[in-house]
Amino acid sequence: MLLLGLTLLLTAAAAADLPDTGAPPLLGPGLGFSPSVSASASAPPLLLLPQPRPEYGAPGVALARSAAEEPAVPAEEEEGPHHHHGGGYRVVQWEWSYVQTPYIIAIWLLVASVAKILFHFSQRFTTVVPESCMLILLGLVLGGVVLIANKKQLYQLEPALFFLFLLPTIVGDAGYFMPARLFFDNLGAILTYAVVGTLWNAFCTGFCLYAAKLLGVIDERVQADLMDFLLFGALISAVDPVAVLAVFEEVHVNDTLFIIVFGESLVNDAVTVVLYKVYISFVEVGVENVQTADYFKGVASFLIVSIGGTLVGLVFAVILGFITRFTKKVRIIEPLFVFLMVYLAYLTAELFSLSAILSMTFCGIGANKYVEANISQKSRTTVKYTMKTLASIAETIIFIFLGISAVDKSKWAWDTGLVSCTLVFIFVFRAAGVIGQTWVLNRFRLVPLDKIDQVVMSYGGLRGAVAFALVVLLDGEQVKAKDYFVATTIVVVFFTVMFQGLTIKPLVDWLKVPRSTSRKPTINEEIHERAFDHILTAVEDIAGLQGYHHWRDKWEQFDKNYLSKLLLRKSVYRKSELWEAYQKINIRDAISVIDQGGNVLTSARLSLPSMASRASFPEVTNVTNYLRENGSGVCLDLQVIDNVPGAKVEEDTETHHVLAENLYKPRRRYQSHYSRHFMPLGEKERQDREVFQRNMKSRMETFKSTRHKRHKKERSLKKRRGSDAKEDGSDKPRRNVSWQDKNPVVVPVESEEEKGEHSDPEKEEDVGITFVARKAETPKQRPKSVPAALDGSPLASPSSPPSGDSHLPWKGSVGSPPPCVSVEANKIIPVDLQQAWNQSISSLESISSPPVPAEPVHPRVSALSRLGGPRPASYTPPGSTAGSTSSIGAQVLQGPFCFPERNKKEEEEEEEEGGAVQEMQPLMSSLRPPGSLMPPPAPPPPGSAPGQAGGGNPCVYLRSLVMAPSPGSGEPHSRGPTQL
Amino acid sequence: MGSSNSSVNNIPNAQELMQETGFSAAHILRLHERFEFLDKHKCGQLRLVDRPTNQPQDFGAVQELALNPIGDSIISAFFSPGQETVDFASFVRILAHFRPTDRNQSRDGAQQEPANSSIRKLKFAFQMYDQDRDGKISRAELLQVLRAMLGIQVTEEQLQSIAERAIQEADLDRDDAISFDEFRKSLEKVDIDHKMSIRFLR
Repeated sequence: MLLLGLTLLLTAAAAADLPDTGAPPLLGPGLGFSPSVSASASAPPLLLLPQPRPEYGAPGVALARSAAEEPAVPAEEEEGPHHHHGGGYRVVQWEWSYVQTPYIIAIWLLVASVAKILFHFSQRFTTVVPESCMLILLGLVLGGVVLIANKKQLYQLEPALFFLFLLPTIVGDAGYFMPARLFFDNLGAILTYAVVGTLWNAFCTGFCLYAAKLLGVIDERVQADLMDFLLFGALISAVDPVAVLAVFEEVHVNDTLFIIVFGESLVNDAVTVVLYKVYISFVEVGVENVQTADYFKGVASFLIVSIGGTLVGLVFAVILGFITRFTKKVRIIEPLFVFLMVYLAYLTAELFSLSAILSMTFCGIGANKYVEANISQKSRTTVKYTMKTLASIAETIIFIFLGISAVDKSKWAWDTGLVSCTLVFIFVFRAAGVIGQTWVLNRFRLVPLDKIDQVVMSYGGLRGAVAFALVVLLDGEQVKAKDYFVATTIVVVFFTVMFQGLTIKPLVDWLKVPRSTSRKPTINEEIHERAFDHILTAVEDIAGLQGYHHWRDKWEQFDKNYLSKLLLRKSVYRKSELWEAYQKINIRDAISVIDQGGNVLTSARLSLPSMASRASFPEVTNVTNYLRENGSGVCLDLQVIDNVPGAKVEEDTETHHVLAENLYKPRRRYQSHYSRHFMPLGEKERQDREVFQRNMKSRMETFKSTRHKRHKKERSLKKRRGSDAKEDGSDKPRRNVSWQDKNPVVVPVESEEEKGEHSDPEKEEDVGITFVARKAETPKQRPKSVPAALDGSPLASPSSPPSGDSHLPWKGSVGSPPPCVSVEANKIIPVDLQQAWNQSISSLESISSPPVPAEPVHPRVSALSRLGGPRPASYTPPGSTAGSTSSIGAQVLQGPFCFPERNKKEEEEEEEEGGAVQEMQPLMSSLRPPGSLMPPPAPPPPGSAPGQAGGGNPCVYLRSLVMAPSPGSGEPHSRGPTQL
Repeated sequence: MGSSNSSVNNIPNAQELMQETGFSAAHILRLHERFEFLDKHKCGQLRLVDRPTNQPQDFGAVQELALNPIGDSIISAFFSPGQETVDFASFVRILAHFRPTDRNQSRDGAQQEPANSSIRKLKFAFQMYDQDRDGKISRAELLQVLRAMLGIQVTEEQLQSIAERAIQEADLDRDDAISFDEFRKSLEKVDIDHKMSIRFLR
């Protein structure tokens, strides 16, 4: 399956350049693309596969090489574009050579990523087989394909690519996210294993291989003397961080065990680098010329390389911390600083040939605390995910390339004696070294490492890409047996990564190694562990011991008094870690509560998931799984959330309404802005607005079968339509009159058609305004194409019954025709109404809207317009509105919808009444001044309307209503918002 | 070990102490030196407070303790209820709590819980919180420790909410306080042996 996917990808890439490369030679330049495609399509896979691949590895070098070594295919490719474009201008240019390098790199990354996807299709499979094994196997297959097609392996893991790009991404990730406390708690053990253990392995392996050579176990053809074997021993003995990470991350042994093995693999880099360099120089000058002083230089070199590397890392950590103090204004590049400084730490160490891995690791460990505190939450997430992504892809590529590199006939200088001896020796000496050192260490450790730990540590001594890259770097001139060493290294790497990687999980299961419980600490643990630290420090002080805790406390004092002051922002410096922890726990709980479908608003249902989550989840394979498995039910998977039915919807609706209410002000501001743009359009809108306002009012009146109902409504509407509330009271008596003025149902529809086009320009602006989910609406009642957005919007209230998914704008796709969803609504709703609605809102909000003052004067108008908009001719009494709605107007429907809301809200509203009136007071008063300028124009249209309407020509009337210029209203109107 | 034994013999009940606490003779000797250093009055007892003068207690000689935010609470946990002095035997017994757990020893001493068992370690920590020795960590007691540990970094409100949260989390029987059992349960995932042990020099 994998191969298939890959082949598809590659052939796709390859086939793409057929027309120009493959085809022309066959068919001649004159012929176009089409005939050649079919011919070449059948041929390519085998022949062409190598073609794109050769360039993958180290793009530049490899490219040149492939061009040189592969005359047939690449030559065509190179020349194709130039030779065959002979005459005239070509519409489509083939610029392969231009995009080649990045293109191929991108495709490599894609292949690697797709490979990962494919691996994880089968859950059962991936739990048994580590990913690293699969990737190596994939690499072997790919390498095999290349070899078959090409007769020669063009690619291998280029040491430069590996050391400069792939390794740093992995080490950077490892260092930055290294659990610092755990690392330093076990620093003694880590250093011992890394330094003593690696030296022991290197020397023993080297000497024993030499002994084996002398004994004749290793073939004569392997031309190597003691120095060569020591060199080989040095590079093969170091535990590899990449391999350890890849394998141990899937095994989930307990933290202590993991940090010891992993820490060792990182720290032993210094030893490996020094030994490697010392031996190389010894080999170069020849053993006989090495003087005693050189051995001491070697030791000095070790100190310089390791301590120097560490210092470089720490210096960069300080710089990084210091820089991030001042990134408040440029949050967006905070992550970049982190990447750059950590990477620079690595490069700088390489520059001075210090231990780059140590440098990067300590830069990460050192900077993490301060950087994480300084940068924003978003940057933190970005850093985390970018680092993980890069590290993951780098790891994938390393293993694939390891596989590919193995398939190379030229490299296979096989000697069974050497290979088997090496395998045996590294395993035996690893085990012996671990047992010996552990015995010593356990005399000092608080929690001794028991036998099971030792077995896992011995077995976990994986060799990997570092060894391979180092052995490839050997100079074949000086190290005669390089080919044998390369082949042996490959076997060792494959054996450790694949065989040991495959079997370590069953082993760990069988030995019942304590697993890590990836579980967040509870607040109690946070508190008490801090207390424990203090207790231990105090006890050490009392007992007069200057132990680990004593020094740790000293360091913390120093950190608090000096370092943190230097490296942390002032705002952050004040913050307490425990408080942060507390907040994190709370947030976690909140998230899980929400995800469980709990209601945030009702604190009664709030549980404490962190308590429930005490159960451990040993087999957690990734973040998502962790979150899912975690007892608290935290789940970040959006789709899952979306699919939670029932309570969740209510929840959403409610949340949404809360948001809508809270977002009220911004919207208002927006309104003013909007209307400023909007006004220049001219009178039309004013008219629209009037119409709309009347519609709104009419809607209101339909509800006012009982007095308090109306009051409710007023309350709910108070902010937007404070003015309406006033007039309602006066309206009442005349209501009956107004009802008689039957009004054209048609109008809104017409206007919709007319102004549909106009909506487009404003659409975007409207989005911000149009009303969020309305709970009150019942979608079924509403005709699809009706201006749904209009109804209910003012009535939104948290207590009203949620009607369903389709109400929620963000669930638009769920409901069949999103009836009231903001964005869609823009298209559906007659623009004029929309505009009018928006305007009315803005105008009502803004004190100066002209029509508003007018209305109180002519209460009827409102009633009329109410009839005019939505109500069909058959419409009768206000109370029965619901029944008559069937016809068209969306507004008609608003009536019925609102009623339930009303009732429910009654009690609350009643209480609020007093306050609401007060609130409205300023509005009204402020309305007056501008209104006083305008009142005359506004009244007339309404005034005239009743008459016309009564005349039985509702359409005309309404139109006149729409068209009627309400002079002067426009200006103040536009200004109104701004004044607000 | 002859030489050290001879000096250990000067210490009263040294053998029994070694038996009981698992400290080696060298440990006892070393601790005795420390004890005598702290015991300024040479009366064989360390005092919580110097009675007549209310001068800083004997533990005040340890300068670092002054820096320790919860130093006072820890010291008072050294004294059994009502006592204001601690003699060498008690001093050693209390320090024995912090001996790393010895996996072998726990088996033969099964009849009596050794001082360095994780339960006893927890008990000490619990006493550190439970200043009034009523077997429960009340909200006020927790707040006091929190306040000492966090100092000026957080506001009183934040302290309150942290304490509230902690009690809510650990309090299983809803009595608004943390009993020892609840305390133990809330920490059962923590490697107490590791987190509450120090290495005594031999």
